[in-house]
Amino acid sequence: MTAQFPPSYRALGSPSFAEFLASSGGPAPVTSGGTIDAPHGTTIVALCFDGGVVMAGDRRATMGNVIAQRDVQKVFEADSHSVVGIAGTAGIAVELVRLFQVELEHYEKIEGTQLSLDGKANRLSTLLRGNLGMAMQGLAVVPLFAGYDEPADRGRIFSYDVTGGRYEEHDYYAVGSGSSFARGSLKKLFHFDATAEQAVRVALEALYDAADDDSATSGPDLTRRIFPVVAVVRREGVEIIEEDTLAEAAEKMLAERMRRPGGPWAQVGGDSA
Amino acid sequence: MSVPFYVSPEQIMKDKADFARKGIARGRSVVVAQYADGVVFVAENPSKALHKISEIYDRIGFAAVGKYNEFENLRVAGIRLADMRGYSYDRSDVTVRSLANAYAQTLGSIFTETPKPFEVEIVVAEVGTDEASDQLYRLTFDGSVADEHGFVAMGGSAEAIAGALSAAWAPGQDLQTSLQQAVHALGEHGTEEARVLPASDLEVAVLDRTRPRRAFRRIEGAELEGLLA
Repeated sequence: MTAQFPPSYRALGSPSFAEFLASSGGPAPVTSGGTIDAPHGTTIVALCFDGGVVMAGDRRATMGNVIAQRDVQKVFEADSHSVVGIAGTAGIAVELVRLFQVELEHYEKIEGTQLSLDGKANRLSTLLRGNLGMAMQGLAVVPLFAGYDEPADRGRIFSYDVTGGRYEEHDYYAVGSGSSFARGSLKKLFHFDATAEQAVRVALEALYDAADDDSATSGPDLTRRIFPVVAVVRREGVEIIEEDTLAEAAEKMLAERMRRPGGPWAQVGGDSA
Repeated sequence: MSVPFYVSPEQIMKDKADFARKGIARGRSVVVAQYADGVVFVAENPSKALHKISEIYDRIGFAAVGKYNEFENLRVAGIRLADMRGYSYDRSDVTVRSLANAYAQTLGSIFTETPKPFEVEIVVAEVGTDEASDQLYRLTFDGSVADEHGFVAMGGSAEAIAGALSAAWAPGQDLQTSLQQAVHALGEHGTEEARVLPASDLEVAVLDRTRPRRAFRRIEGAELEGLLA
């Protein structure tokens, strides 16, 4: 590399890092025939609470019937006020997140201001569309994006399909192999007036329910002290919940599940609401 | 047929340098100074939108004087270089030394190869683990690099400002002291007449080594007024 800035660095251009990367000869996309067996990340859940949003992901990566990794991280801080969780081919997903993080920070530094939450969600959509070729070879990535929307003063959740389609979700959502079980759980446990602490507990319950019925999703691993990664996003920014706090919440949940393996219960009929 | 005038290379370079110096001298000055927990950037800049100070990377900041479109071009190139390096290798592989080198080479070739040199002067700084490991590089229009310690003043009255700072600045002082010294020096020597610069005429940012990852932070509004009081 020459010491001077190459011409493209000083050319006028957009504040997008991904576009700059493509125009200045970034890594070429891989195009190979056939499918590849690669580690696969599993369940991510997100739900809104009063004043923000919580996202949580289990820690398992699988390759077929084998557990490829027990402590993989699938929920990441995208920037100071948003988080992204990923299900699908782990290697590509982690790379996508890395690019997305640089993309947001790059824009922020060049423009001197952060993108709007919708702007961030749209950028992720564009980056994801760039992976369509890989997705067609079986290396699909399905992200879940959530953040605090300052003008609206609330948390918002966006889901995606492999083609980059972007859909805003209301209240809660889950992606990955255990997502249908997690969504069933969230449907019963979600309530919008919840505090952040309650929402974290609901996320843990939903992941437990996913792990209960989906072999590719892990529950809390008390022997190895491996717990889901849980992020809370609100006005003050992103907070990744400390392991000790999670351990305590997970132990409390497990103690209750010892008595009732199906988890929290509500009476239906009679005078119940 | 007319015979073109012969102009010696010395004369060409001198004319270019004079031209660039004059351009830089027209702008208001900027001070970059170390303090115990990092580096503070202080610019006399009433504009809230056209910044003279910027974040480049996790531990690296940028300040410039001179022609806005020219240093903005260099600022963006610097951010692109840093982000590209960090993305291709690792965040820890982005260093201010390589950035200063790229700026020096670029400014040097613009100065020699184009008819009009850039009318800019820039400082790039990186905070380390302690005051001794902080790095400040000052780059001038012709691509010269100077490795600075303590403080740097750039702009029209750089010499007078640096003179005032050299009497006042000491290692290990806190942010408020460094900031007040810089603001005082800018007000006292920035123009012919001494003034007291209000917070609204200042653009201030720090690279705070105690912050995790991104050390750069702007100091504005009530916080700035509090530190100046």
